[in-house]
Amino acid sequence: MLDSLLSLGGLVLLRDSVEWEGRSLLKALVKKSALWLVYHDFFRDPLNWSKTEEALPGGPLGALRAICKRTDPGPVTIALDSLSWLLLHLPCTTLCQALHAVSHQDSCPGDSSPVGKVSVLGLLHEELHGPGPVGALSSLAQTEVTLGGTKGQASAHILCRRPRQRPTDQTQWFSILPDFSLDLQEGPSVESQPCSDPHIPPVDPTTHLTFNLHLSKKEREARDSLILPFQFSSEKQQALLRPRPGQATSHIFYEPDAYDDLDQEDPDDDLDI
Amino acid sequence: MFVELNNLLNTTPDRAEQGKLTLLCDAKTDGSFLVHHFLSFYLKANCKVCFVALFQSFSHYNIVGQKLGVNLTVARERGQLVFLEGLKSAVDVFFQTQEEPHPLQFLREANAGNLKPLFEFVREALKPVDGGEARWTYPVLLVDDLSVLLSLGVGAVAVLDFIHYCRATVCWELKGNMVILVHDSGDVEDEENDILLNGVSHQSHLILRAEGLATGFCRDVHGQLRILWRRPSQPTAQRDQSLTYQYKIQDKSVSFFAKGMSPAVL
Repeated sequence: MLDSLLSLGGLVLLRDSVEWEGRSLLKALVKKSALWLVYHDFFRDPLNWSKTEEALPGGPLGALRAICKRTDPGPVTIALDSLSWLLLHLPCTTLCQALHAVSHQDSCPGDSSPVGKVSVLGLLHEELHGPGPVGALSSLAQTEVTLGGTKGQASAHILCRRPRQRPTDQTQWFSILPDFSLDLQEGPSVESQPCSDPHIPPVDPTTHLTFNLHLSKKEREARDSLILPFQFSSEKQQALLRPRPGQATSHIFYEPDAYDDLDQEDPDDDLDI
Repeated sequence: MFVELNNLLNTTPDRAEQGKLTLLCDAKTDGSFLVHHFLSFYLKANCKVCFVALFQSFSHYNIVGQKLGVNLTVARERGQLVFLEGLKSAVDVFFQTQEEPHPLQFLREANAGNLKPLFEFVREALKPVDGGEARWTYPVLLVDDLSVLLSLGVGAVAVLDFIHYCRATVCWELKGNMVILVHDSGDVEDEENDILLNGVSHQSHLILRAEGLATGFCRDVHGQLRILWRRPSQPTAQRDQSLTYQYKIQDKSVSFFAKGMSPAVL
């Protein structure tokens, strides 16, 4: 389903995090869907600090709005790297209105020429924004792809909202090959999870000690055959059930000497009555 | 330059990757040993270094640099090191009249706008010199540290724009490297710092995070270092994406060991 994301149209939100980056997936999806690529370079000078004439008027938002006015009938995919940059520099409402206008172009009334399906693929860095703007963009989106993963294996959780249908979600494990093609996988493979850290060899902590922690064979046997004092074994059970007659309670033999005066009412001899 | 850290990062001064942004981040501890490491690393790699030092004075970095085998005074004299001493220049903004805007011009403005003058300073410092043969391998921008700019009143978005422009010029155009230190406020709720830290994290290729131990201060283990490589997930992961080590800082070196394997404990 990951490879057919853009065929549904509308806004596709790609949510990534610091640990699981989404730019390579964005590039892979663009590569998959693009037959003809138009590249608007806002990387070098987005805020027009160099004051050259070649900058497009209105900056990135102006370029986005200019796409709204196109009359090309074919299907179009607009990839935005990244929506986070736009969200940090523009008010959330402006951006949402622009995205809504672009992605719902095919249902615009009053247009004489039929316009093809528009997909907008936007990369959003989740940690940069509060729940409000992220929620607003999420509600605009037809499809949301959240990136995650476990040890070295990336996954995409895809939530798809189709009109008049229940939202569907699925998780797809994938990896990006060096030429930015998408490689779909079944799940985290067993070999890719190392059982021990390869950088640190296993260290035996008993090697450099000043005392001996090892057991000899005889000592080990003696330890294994030891019965614990409070363990309720069958011998102990028999001993309790049959009290042995020879084993009487212990006796105390006391011989009082000359100074002892065993007075039961005053054993310490300190009452001054 | 700490040789053990080079081994962990699998790099040496002669074969370091170019065009990369490294983020240094510290939480509940002092991560400045990483700044000293990278400063001496890139000076030894014969790079042209522009150091925007907002946190400490020149003599502080020089003293530590000498312990690590580099002389900052000599490097500055022969043009290898361009040093912006924030603590001294901040005073110059107010007491000296200058025609062109000072790199720290934003200190004079009521609401600090953008960091364009600082970016122009960096670009001017690192641009390749025409006419002469290339004396230095590639340019490097070092910033210590970015959180100071937030304290001085610059907005987080303005600082992110400055980093973006520096990255476009230094990493992409000039094929150099950048090393940025940002403090992590941790428990203290600082939204601007969080936006800054996350924003730079998303732009970086390598993140080194020095954290204090969760259990508190220890004489033999000074902290924990988390190394995170940000690169697309490949089908066969040759290297781990994230590693964690504990460290102890000594006078002239830092020793690293796996968690719980400090020599003092074994």
